[in-house]
Order: sequence, then structure tokens, then C-alpha cells
Amino acid sequence: MSESFTKGMARNIYYGGAVFFFLIFLGLTFHTTKEMPKRDHRHNITEAVERGKALWEENNCIGCHTLIGEGAYFAPELGNVYIRRGGEAGFKAFFNGWMKAQPLNIPGRRQMPQFHLTDQEIDDLAEFLKWTSELNTNNWPPNIEG
Amino acid sequence: MNTLKYQSQAVAKPYFVFAMILFVGQILFGLLMGLQYVVGDIVGTLIPFNVARMVHTNLLIVWLLFGFMGAAYYLVPEEAETELYSPKLAIALFWIFAAAGVATILGYLLVPYATLAEYTLNNLWPTMGREFLEQPTITKIGIVVVALGFLFNLGMTILKGRKTAINMVLITGLIGLAVFFLFAFYNPSNLALDKYFWWFVVHLWVEGVWELIMGAILAYVLIKVTGVDREVIEKWLYVIVAMALITGILGTGHHFYWLMTPEYWQWIGSIFSAMEPLPFFAMVLYAFNMVNRRRREHPNKAATLWALGTAVMAFLGAGVWGFLHTLSFVNYYTHGSQITAAHGHMAFYGAYAMIVMTIISYAMPKIRGIGEANCNKAQVWEMWGFWLMTVGMVFITLFLTGAGVLQVWLQRLPEGGEALSFMATQEKLAIFYWLREGAGVVFFLGLVAYLYSFFVKEKTA
Ligand code: HEM
Ligand code: HEM
Ligand SMILES: [Fe+2]
Repeated sequence: MSESFTKGMARNIYYGGAVFFFLIFLGLTFHTTKEMPKRDHRHNITEAVERGKALWEENNCIGCHTLIGEGAYFAPELGNVYIRRGGEAGFKAFFNGWMKAQPLNIPGRRQMPQFHLTDQEIDDLAEFLKWTSELNTNNWPPNIEG
Repeated sequence: MNTLKYQSQAVAKPYFVFAMILFVGQILFGLLMGLQYVVGDIVGTLIPFNVARMVHTNLLIVWLLFGFMGAAYYLVPEEAETELYSPKLAIALFWIFAAAGVATILGYLLVPYATLAEYTLNNLWPTMGREFLEQPTITKIGIVVVALGFLFNLGMTILKGRKTAINMVLITGLIGLAVFFLFAFYNPSNLALDKYFWWFVVHLWVEGVWELIMGAILAYVLIKVTGVDREVIEKWLYVIVAMALITGILGTGHHFYWLMTPEYWQWIGSIFSAMEPLPFFAMVLYAFNMVNRRRREHPNKAATLWALGTAVMAFLGAGVWGFLHTLSFVNYYTHGSQITAAHGHMAFYGAYAMIVMTIISYAMPKIRGIGEANCNKAQVWEMWGFWLMTVGMVFITLFLTGAGVLQVWLQRLPEGGEALSFMATQEKLAIFYWLREGAGVVFFLGLVAYLYSFFVKEKTA
């Protein structure tokens, strides 16, 4: 590096650049959070959806599954499972049966644990997954399989 | 023989030793998960995959934090040219952090996660159950307390001593680490906001402030093993960390593409994150440049190897594998696939696991009173460890990338009706997962060789 470019100049770019770009980032974050309500439909967050999110977290579902592509890659994407498994007509029935049937105990197959949830809790989780499936994700995932 | 310039540097030792113990645990659980990927019921319902994964990733993060803390306790006094402000505080914090860490891991393993959440009163302030942030809220508070004590101790040391560029970059990185961790306490019931700010911890750590920590440690070790003028190395350091933040802060946008955010993030995220490899590339140039211009032959060949290896592997894992899937139109297909896992592995290993082993390699012989370097035989074992782990990780990454490409091909690219389901796709990927497990065993053998090197002594004639 050339001699005329001094350590002091490099230091100023470090502190100045960091502050400058962080402020831009904060500005964009502010704008994004203002735009979000149009895309997350937050008025649809009922108490059941809130309870469902808490159950999602307290059972560490993210430890095996992805939710909108984030999480673990061991088990299927669940951001759109509501649509994949029956939607309005069929999802809740499917989901209740599914949660109760675990673990499937098919030899050699990846196992999902039994979480001992009540019908009410399963319904809350279903409401959470329904709300999640309605989020505007800029069209992700590419197809129904997640 | 005492080879430390400042006696208080020795407090780094328990941090380094404990980091290595946790590292072994991390890899054992990684191998278990690798098997669960192909033989789902290998341990029945004893250790569900999600539990093994929490143990694997949390042990990783915690041992890296122990490593960073050890590194700071070791190099800050020497850079500041003064003893550590309070060695007693450093030791006390070590025990608090170690106890909290062990208790948390045991909690994961011994009771169902929902029970752990209940016992630790998660409902009072829910923060659990999000990837990498699975720790009970009380553990998170403990982490903050330890971090504050640690920063206080280092801050006081730097205030009374010399404020070198290395110390300033390191301390800004560590302060940033603590500040961004505070977002772990923000968990709104709106998933959109939850996810957005979750990345303030995860991305702004690994592609922001942790790069400062890595850069500072690398600069320190390069000065020591090459004897190149400090002015030159420190100028490079500032340039590198400046590039890291200028690209990495807005680069956070590469995680916002599909998260209920405006479309402009697809542009901002793609453009800025595409430049994130630059600081990693600069690190490669600079590490090799400094070693070629060295003014001394340092007897610790292993430490030099680790320093060069870190720069190269961080560039490959973070730079090359990160670039691979960072543009929004590529990420649309690869998001949350095995390609993500491939990148996560090589980046974490290449940048952060290796920088911790670099400073351990340089510092441990001095802390243990052996001298400038371990005996030749021990270094040979250490270098075997280096190569086996590194080659093992290269193959883990390649096999996961193969799995990921095939996964995208079968599951993501076809139209809805023709695409294979997730589970059907996974069955087709089994061969890659078996190969990955094999590479994982090589990695583990490397780790054993590496740890064995600490016990190798020259035959006394
Ligand atoms: C024997 C070697 C290893 C094996 C077999 C292994 C296996 C695994 C598996 C199966 C997962 C879970 C993937 C999923 O969510 O489905 C995982 C996650 C992870 N492992 Fe490893 N691992 C090994 C070593 C390492 C090392 C050395 C590091 C870093 C230094 C590491 C860092 C990670 C990280 C960061 C994740 C989370 C990845 C993500 O969320 O994308 N692992 N590992
Ligand atoms: C040492 C630095 C880095 C580390 C330790 C690291 C680690 C990780 C990990 C663990 C994930 C998975 C997160 C999750 O579980 O959802 C991830 C995701 C990602 N990383 Fe990095 N990374 C680093 C640098 C980079 C760089 C420099 C780039 C770009 C050039 C990059 C691009 C990405 C992208 C695009 C994703 C999202 C993948 C997806 O959509 O699934 N990373 N990184
Ligand atoms: Fe990122």
C-alpha cells in the first residue's frame, strides 16, 4: 500500500464508514418496519396465533424444520404447510392427526417426537401456521414443496 | 521457565482449555446428527435431532466466545503494555460462564425443551426457541453479565495502557458483539419483526463485529510470527475491517429478500453482500504478504500455518461459498437448502474456529512456560491435526454442496406438480450424507491428533 495513504486515513475510513453505513441501515430499517404491516397482515394476529407462536418456540420446532427458509434443514418447510396440506378445507384435521401420530416409528425414517399437546394447543399451532402461510414473502418458496 | 511478558496473560489458559473441551462435544453431536440424517431412528427417541442440533450449534458459539475471551485476555495486556486490570474478575467470570454453559447444555439433554422453558419461566419474557438463541432467558441474562464484566476489565486495561490499533479494533468488535446480542431479548409475537431483528444478532455478528475480532487476532499473531513493522500491519487491519463493515452492514439485506420487506432489499442485499468477500480476500493477500516479508524465522511453524490457513479457509467458506448463494435470484432457489449448511460449516470453521486455534497455537506454549514454540514433534502432531480437520471440512462442504445442488434440482426447480417432496428428495441425497459423515470422521480424527499434540513432549535425553 502506498506511503501517502496513512494509517490515520485508514482509521478514519473505518470509524467514519462504519457510522455512515450503520445510519443508512437504521434509516432503511425504519422505512421497512413502516412498510411491513402491508405485508405481514398483523391485524390478523389473534390470541390463538400468539399462543401458537409461543408453542412453536417452546417445543423448538425450528430445531428440525425451516420456517420461510430459516431454521434446520432436517424436516420440511412449514411456512406454507397450511397450503400444502389442505388449506381451509383440510389442514386442521390433517394437522391434529399428524401431531397425535408421532413418532411414526417407521424403521430407519427420520423421527418427529411426540409433544403431548392438547387439542386446544394443536389448534393454536394450526392458527399460527395459517397466519404464517398468508405472509407476503415476495413469492418464496418457488413451489408448493417448500 | 517463564515466558510471559505480563503475568496476568495467563488467565487466558482456562478459557482456551475449556473451549477445546466444548469443541470435542460439538463434533460428537455433529457426528450423531450426521447419522440421524441417514438412519433416522439410530438412537430411537433418546436424543431427538433438534436437541442434538441445539447442543452442536450452542457448543460451537460458546466455545468460540470462550476462545475470543481467552484471546482478548492474552493479547490486550501485551498490546497495552500493562497488567490486566483484574485477573481475579477474569477467573471469576470464567467459572460463572462455564457453570451457566454446562447447566444449559445439561438442560437441553436431560429434560424436554418445553419443560426447560417452563422451569426457566420462559413465559415471563419469552426469548427461547429461535435458531441459535435457544438458551433460556436466564442464561441469556448471564451471558450479558459476563460480557459486561469482561468488557469492563478489558476497557480499564486499555484505558491505563497503550491504545494500539489492534486493541481498538478488538475492543470495538467485542463491544459490538455484546450490543448486538441484546437483540436476542426482543421477541415480538409478530413473526415478521421477530425474524427481521433476529438477523441483527446472527448476521451482524458473523459478517460484522466478529470480523473485527478475527482481524485483530490475525494482525496480532502476524506481527509476532513475522516481525513485520507494526505500522504496516495495522494500516492493513484498518482497511480490512473498514471494508468488512462497509459491505457487511448493508449486506444484512441478503437475509431480507423473503421476509415481508420491500423489494429494494433484493438490490441492496445483493450488491453489498456481493462485495463482502473483498475483506476476506484482502486477508489472504495480507497474510501471505506479511509472511513472505518476514524479518524473523519464528520457531512456531504451526502458528504460522494456522494464521495462513485461517485467511484462506475464511475466504473460501465465507467469501466463495457465501457469494455462491447471495444474489437474490440465486438465493430464491437455494434459500434454506443444504447449500446453506455447506456454507455455514466452512465459514464458521474457516473464519472463527481457525482463528481461535491460531491464537491458541501461538499463545499456549508461552502460557505453559514451554517457550516460543512447542517441540518439533508436538508441532508435527499439531500440523497433522490442522490438515486432517481442514481437509475434512473441505470435503464436508463439497458433499453438502453436492446434496444441495441436487436438492434444488429435484425439489425447487420443477413446477409444483412435478417437484419431489422434501422427504422424497432427502432419500435421493443419502449417498452425499454418508460421504459427509465419512469426512466428519476424518475431521474428528484431526481433532484428536490436534488435542494429542498438547501432550507430546520431547524425549529428555
Ligand atoms: C464431524 C463434523 C460435523 C458434522 C457431521 C456436522 C453435522 C451437522 C448437521 C447434521 C447439522 C444440522 C443441519 C440441519 O439443520 O439439518 C449441523 C449444523 C451446523 N454445524 Fe455442523 N457438523 C460438523 C462439524 C461442524 C464444525 C466443525 C462446525 C464449525 C466450526 C459446524 C458448524 C455448524 C453450524 C454453524 C450449523 C448450523 C448451520 C446452519 O444453520 O446453516 N459443524 N452440523
Ligand atoms: C465468516 C463469515 C460467515 C459465517 C460464519 C457465515 C455463516 C452463515 C450461517 C451459519 C448461515 C445460516 C444461517 C441460518 O441458519 O439461517 C449463513 C447464511 C447465509 N450466508 Fe453466511 N456466513 C459468513 C459470511 C458470509 C458472506 C461473506 C456471505 C456473502 C458473500 C454470506 C452469505 C450468506 C447467505 C446468502 C446466507 C443465507 C442462505 C440462505 O438463504 O439459506 N455469508 N451464513
Ligand atoms: Fe449474512
